[in-house]
Formats: sequence, C-alpha cells, structure tokens
Amino acid sequence: MAASPLDATLALSGAWLAIGLLAMAAPRSLALATRVLFPAGAVVGLALAAVALHALFEPPADRLLPLGLPDLPFHARLDALSAFFLLLLGAVSAGVSIFACGYLRPGQETPLGLQCLCYHVFLAAMALVLVADDAYFFMVAWESMALSSFFLVLTEHRRAEVRRAAYLYLLIAHLGAISILLCFGALQSGSGDYRFETMRLATPAAGWATAAFMLALAGFGAKAGVVPLHVWLPEAHPAAPSPVSALLSAVMLKTAIYGMLRVTLDLIGSPLWWWGVIVLAIGLASALFGVVFAAVQTDMKRLLAYSSIENIGLILAGFGLTLLFRGFDMGALAALALTATLYHCLNHAFFKSLLFLAVGSVLHATGTANLDRLGGLIHRMPWVAWCALIGSLAIAGLPPLNGFVSEWLLLQAFLFTPGLPQGYVNMLVPVAAALVALTAALSGYVMVKFFGVAFLGQPRGMSAAQFSSLHDAGPWERSGLAWLAAGCIALGLAPATVIGMLDPITRGFTGYSIAAHAGGWLFLAPIEPQRASYSPLAILVMAALLIAAAWLAVRAFYHGRARRAPPWDCGFRLLDARMQDNAEGFGQPVKVVFRPAFRIRTEAPAPGDARPRYNELVEDRLWFWLYLPVARAVERAAGLVALLQRGRISVYLVYSFATLLLLLLFVR
Amino acid sequence: MSASGLAAQFMELMLAVMLAPLLTGWVNQCRAWLQNKSGPGLLQPYRVLGKLFRKEVVLAQNASPLFRAAPYVIFGCLALAAAIVPTVGTDLPLNAAADAIALVGLLALARTFIALAGMDVGTAFGSLGARREMMIGFLAEPALLMVLFTASLISSSTSLATIVETLALKELVIYPSMAFAGVAFTMVSLAENGRVPVDNPATHLELTMVHEAMILEYSGRHLAMIEWAASLKLFVYSCIGLALFLPFGVAGGGDWLGIVLALPALLAKLAVGGFALAVIEMISAKMRIFRAPEFLGTAFLLAVLALLVHVLLEG
Repeated sequence: MAASPLDATLALSGAWLAIGLLAMAAPRSLALATRVLFPAGAVVGLALAAVALHALFEPPADRLLPLGLPDLPFHARLDALSAFFLLLLGAVSAGVSIFACGYLRPGQETPLGLQCLCYHVFLAAMALVLVADDAYFFMVAWESMALSSFFLVLTEHRRAEVRRAAYLYLLIAHLGAISILLCFGALQSGSGDYRFETMRLATPAAGWATAAFMLALAGFGAKAGVVPLHVWLPEAHPAAPSPVSALLSAVMLKTAIYGMLRVTLDLIGSPLWWWGVIVLAIGLASALFGVVFAAVQTDMKRLLAYSSIENIGLILAGFGLTLLFRGFDMGALAALALTATLYHCLNHAFFKSLLFLAVGSVLHATGTANLDRLGGLIHRMPWVAWCALIGSLAIAGLPPLNGFVSEWLLLQAFLFTPGLPQGYVNMLVPVAAALVALTAALSGYVMVKFFGVAFLGQPRGMSAAQFSSLHDAGPWERSGLAWLAAGCIALGLAPATVIGMLDPITRGFTGYSIAAHAGGWLFLAPIEPQRASYSPLAILVMAALLIAAAWLAVRAFYHGRARRAPPWDCGFRLLDARMQDNAEGFGQPVKVVFRPAFRIRTEAPAPGDARPRYNELVEDRLWFWLYLPVARAVERAAGLVALLQRGRISVYLVYSFATLLLLLLFVR
Repeated sequence: MSASGLAAQFMELMLAVMLAPLLTGWVNQCRAWLQNKSGPGLLQPYRVLGKLFRKEVVLAQNASPLFRAAPYVIFGCLALAAAIVPTVGTDLPLNAAADAIALVGLLALARTFIALAGMDVGTAFGSLGARREMMIGFLAEPALLMVLFTASLISSSTSLATIVETLALKELVIYPSMAFAGVAFTMVSLAENGRVPVDNPATHLELTMVHEAMILEYSGRHLAMIEWAASLKLFVYSCIGLALFLPFGVAGGGDWLGIVLALPALLAKLAVGGFALAVIEMISAKMRIFRAPEFLGTAFLLAVLALLVHVLLEG
C-alpha cells in the first residue's frame, strides 16, 4: 500500500528533526551543516511541497500518533487547508535552506550545529502545527515553534539589542499562546474533550463562539504581528540571521493565519458577520500602519518587517471580508475573498523571503543593512539586484507579478460587496477599499525607496576601493534567490492554475467554487468574464512585444551611438554621492503627509553651532500609549507584592500562621 | 475575437502611438494662443522627437542596464495601457486580458520604472524628482482607482469595455456620483501628467521640477522614448477621461462603420479636452510641492465620496 500523504508529511517532519539532531554530531563543522544537512533539509522541503500538492486534492485523512501522554494521544489530520499551508512551508523553506548553505559562516556566536538544530526543529514544528488535530498536540507544536524560533532570533546573543528583541518576542508569543489555550478552552464547551474533531461537530452557543473567536484573534494576532500586538516584529526580524528572518516573516506569520482560519472557519464553523467587520478593521489598521512605518525606516530589515505587518494586514482584510460574506451566507463572494486571502499568503511567503534573503546577501557583502550606507549595488551585485527587483515589483503589487494577482482578487471582492443586507456595512466597504488602494500605492513607494536607495545610485559612505571589492552572492545563495524569484513570476503568470489548487479549500469552507468560472488557463475570471477578467500572460506577452518592437524600430531607423560621460546633473559639478537622496530623505514626504501617525523627536543644532548635528528619532506611538503604561502598571503591582518580602523567617512564619487561620475560618 | 475587434485594437494602438505627440503639441499650441503667443506649431513635438533620435546618447558613467532599459519599458507599458482603453471600439481582444485595475497597475509599473531610472545615476536632482513623483503617485493612484471603481460599480464590471458600453450605449442616465468622480479624475490627471497646479512641464528651474528632474540624465534616443512615453501618458489619461465621462461615439462589436465614424469623434473630443487642459493650466498657478498632498488628498476624498454617493443614492 502506498504511504498516505499524511504519513509522508509526518515522516518528512521526522526527517527534519533527524537532520537537526545529526547536526549535533559535529556542532562546529561547517562542511557537515552547509554541504550535507541544509541541502538535505531543502530536499525534504521540496518533498513536502510535492506531498502537499498531492494531498490538496485528496479527501482529508487522520491518524492517531503513538505519542503524547497516556490519556492524551496526539491526533493528526491532513485536509486541504493544512495541505495548502504545508505546500507554502515546503516550497519556501526549500529556497531558504539552499540559500542558507551559502549564507551561514562559522565563527558566529552560536555554534553552527546548534543553529542547524534549531532551524530544523523550527521547520518540523511548523509542519506539525499544520497537521495537529487536537488542542494538546497543537499547543506542543506551537510552543516548540515559538521556542526554537526564539533561540534562532538569539543567534547573535552577545548584542544587547538582540537579547532585548528576543525577550520581547518571547513575551508576546506567550501572551498569544495563553490566549490560544483559552480559546481552545472556550471551544471544548465543557466536554473536556480537546480533539478538534469534537469541536468541529459541536455547535457552541453564540456567546462562547464569540469568546473563542476573540481569543483566537488575539492569540494568533499576536503571532501574526497585528496592530497593536506588532511591536515584537520589527525588533525580532532584524535581530535574526537573514534566512531565519525570511522563515519568520514568510512562513511563521502564515501559521498564525492558518490558526485563525482553522479556528474560525473550521472549528467554530458558523462565523457571525460582525466578526468580519472587526477583522477587516484590524487588518486595514495594520496594513496602513505597517506601510507608513515601512516608508520611514532606514534599516532594510526593519523596513521589510514593517512591510510584513502591512501584508498581514491585507491578508486579514481579505479574511475579514470572507467572514462578512460567510456570515451573510453569500457563499460565492466568500469563496472569492477566501481565495484572495490564501493567494496573498502564498505570494507574501515568496516575495518576502526573497527580499529578506537578498538583504542577507547585501549584509554579507557590505557588512551593513543600513540603507544610508549603501547604494549602487546593482553594479557589484547584479544577481542579487535583479532578484531583489523582481521581489520589489511583486510586493509593490505591479502586473504581471504575483503581488498584483492577490491585490486584484481582493479589490474584486470589495467591488462586489454592495448588496450586503447591512446598510452601514455597505457604506463602510468603499472606505475600506480606498484604504486597500492607498496601502497598495504606498507599498510601491516603499519598494522604490528600498530598491532605489540600496541598489541604484552611487555608493554612500563607502570608499571606491571598498565598493569595488564587494562580491556578488555565491552559487548557493543565487540558487535560493532564483528559486524564490521564479516562484514570484510563476504565481504571477498562472493565477488560474493556482486558483484551481485553492479550489478544494474554498469549496470545503464556503461550498462554492470560483475555479469553475475561471476562463481556462489563460484568463482569470473569478465571477464571470463580463464582470472582470485578467490575463497576466497576455499582458506580459503584449508588453514584451511592444517593448521589443520599440527597441527594434529605434535600432533600425537610427544610429546606435552612445558615449559615456560624467553625470550631467544640471551642470552642478560639485554634487557628490552624499547629496543623493538617502533613505531618511526618501521617507520625508510620508513623514509630512502622515505626521500624526508618528512620534518624532528632533534635535536641531543651535544657530552658530561649530559642529552642527541633526538628529531625528521616529517612534511608534502605540509603544507609549499601550505598552509602557501596561509595563508600568505591572511594575507597580510587582512593587506592592514585593512589600510582603521581608527576608526574615519570623515574618514568613506569621504569614503562614495567618493563612492557616484564614483557611480554618473558611473551612468551618 | 472578431476581425473588426482586431482591426479596432490595432487602430487604437497605432493611433495612440502616432497621435500622442500631436495631442501634446495641441495643448502647447492652445496654451500659447491663450498667452497671446504665436506658438511653435502643432508638429513641434514630432520635430523634437526627430531631433532627439538623431542625436547621440550621452550616458552617465555609472548608469546601469536598468537605466538603458527603462525608456523602452516605460514606453511599452504606456502603449499597452493606451491599447486597453476603449476609444474607438469596445470589442477589443485585449479587454479580456486587462481590466481597469490592471490598467492602473500598468500605469504604476511605468511610474515605478521612471522613478527607479531617476535614482539610477545617483544625482541630487534625479532622486529628488523620483521621490516627488512617487509621492504624487501614492496619492493619485488610489484616487484614480476609486474613480474607476465608481464607474465599475455603476456598470457592475471592472472591464473597461463593459463600463464604456454601460455608460454610453444604454439609456441616458445622469449619475451624480460621476460628477464627483469627474472632478477627482481631473485633479488626478493634472498631477499625474505633471501639469500646472502640481508640476510645470515647461519648467527648468531645478528646485521645482518633478518629471523633468527625473529625466535630467537622459539624452538622445532614450530621452526621445521618455518624451514620447510622456505624451502617451497624457493621451492615455485623456482617453480614460473620455471613456468614463464622454463615452459617446464608441463603436460596439462588429460595427465597421462605427469604427470609422469613431475616429473623427475621438479627434474632436481630444481637441476639446486638450483645450480644456490648456485653459486649466492658464488659470491656475503652480503650487508648492507640499501643497500637492492637500490637492491630491482632496481628489482622493472626492473619489471616495463618489463611491459613497453611488452606494447611498444609486445602489
């Protein structure tokens, strides 16, 4: 009998664990980790993607694992939703692992073997989160994922800001975990049975369902980096090594989305429409917040981290629409919105990991990810630059790449909202669509800044000798980048095929299929061709034809003479590289337009200052409005508790005596 | 896909590419007349293009391949955008490939490339222009999208052909939402084409330039392609405006006579539109660059208002 996809998935997760453990055999060996184990991990990733692709179209399968506590065995289940996220995990991790083969160097603070162990445990834990079918197994896998990624973030633990970032990450991850645990508590509705199977069959009372939904939103939202629980994200992502940042952002955030989808659409099963309004509002707030903050960052990784908040926000906006439609029993539209949500998950996984890895290559070559110290890298690192360009165009939502497809689907879902039976919601939807459009346009701004400042122009703050000694990425890194870039292009050019893959999920959760309408492999027409259709391949071919025709015509009719000369720059000969726009300057229009969003502290030099310095610090208001007051309250409470602590045994005996007396009083 | 559709498609593309400089020339000529000048003549943009094509290209020493490819990419994107907007007939084969959202995407792609090309050489003015262009872009693009959405909601389709058919060929209905959308669209097109209240196409004062600042380093055939693309952009925006607000005279499917008759109608509409643009440019003063967000923010709000008006009054 052929092994079922579920068995294969479990076996492959086991293989990842085994690879991680093998690394401990020679924890300081570079060759073992980067020439044997990481390539093996990449192969496992590819195999997982293949298995998941197969499993998408299979009926759900479940299995009891011979693991866990005596009375609480682990249940595993593989359905279309799990298979989709496993596909994402496998395909993206394959690229990241291959990149890591060339990226990892010895001599970093954590031994390579330990990094390899944590990395593969992290991958395996994510796979197990996706197949878990009871709350107990889910939480074990979830916590393994959180802990292994915590250690990965801590790789450069000697730097104080890395330790701070990792601590913040752990703290918020655990707040989220508590919330998820309580959510499962609410879902089991007093039966004491924590299998997902029973939760799926039970229909909780509306109050309990709402409580479970809110807890899930908070718990998974903390992991996904949704505003206002986002503060860990821009700290932890830059602190981690680049392949880890890529996995955190591209895959781990998606497990949180998976959790939300699983709990709301599957375990609760019948969402109320106003949940959708809440999710939509939170999603749009996150999207706008993320993109506005991304625009003012100067560190490439922080910029990408904020952009992840934005993309998670867009995903949640799609999910909110799904809930809204589902709550009003508008199945076909729910299917469209759900498709947009899932498609964007997949897209974001590909382009964000691509960009994080490209930043990793830049970091290795130049030693900095600070945009204000980079520039002109396209001349020295063409491979990385062109891959980053593909990623940037994709994330900016430009046709014919993949970011545009999900944006298109999301906007279509918004456009067909009128007709909702709730008048007020109907009115809010155009505003929401406007915010999505604004976010998409701003992300184009952010990506021009990201790519233009780092890769174009002249090098900033770098001598000519330094600049000419920069090297392009090695062959391993190139293949990793090329794999992910190819993913961005393929997902952009074949939307109808991808939607066919998503079809089992939308049919399972909404009862409708939008693939049935899709006009063949060439055209994407989710509702009906008269209403909207889009064909990236046709656009690409036509654009390529027009560009080629223009080029050939110019060549044919005119001479091709060209001469190199110093830049003209309006004849100002004294302008040098320092006078180009830097990242700070490029963010300035956004700072002015969205001034109230930021807390900006400026130190301007006094007139007549001999050594003028200009300093500007942009901070997140939420940190001061939400986190610091909470931290202060906790500190004050802890101070009160500390009053009990006297350090003298007699005082503690008095406490015990008083407690005994009190208890006696109660018992009697 | 019919023969007449293919013919209309081809005609539209060639018309756009060939007539775009003429529209620019017409606007400049009207402006000159309004300023009591004699003007350079309608064909001046063609002469400029011819001159630029014959000149040699002087490339900055550190220009990358992206800098050399960008003019062709921008031209290709805008030519494709021009082919998508139904101006002559609605039975266009490309209509199934790209709808209103894809049109906005193509315009954004062209904008991204011109901004990147502006940053490529690494001069102060180039990056300054790129930054300003992108700032105008992030405010204008959502407004344009909202204008198109208003029309899409009216015709319950994002396909441009269906929009034009609904707005033109059905019974004459006045949509209040389209009035708001029209104002918003005018403001957006002024900003996107670097026209007077926001940018001045005739300026060469460095600190006020937007479009001109980005293309300072271009010369020869590259500059010619960029200038041609800029004319095409004006043509595309004019055609979007005509398609949304004056969609009359556009031929339906298989209507050979209609296609032939649509041509003079289009030329007449473009002439009127170009004259109106010249008048707007004449009566307004260029504003400071940081007034532009207010201007475009107003356009964006008007466009959202148009959508709301549609949902409330016409839904």
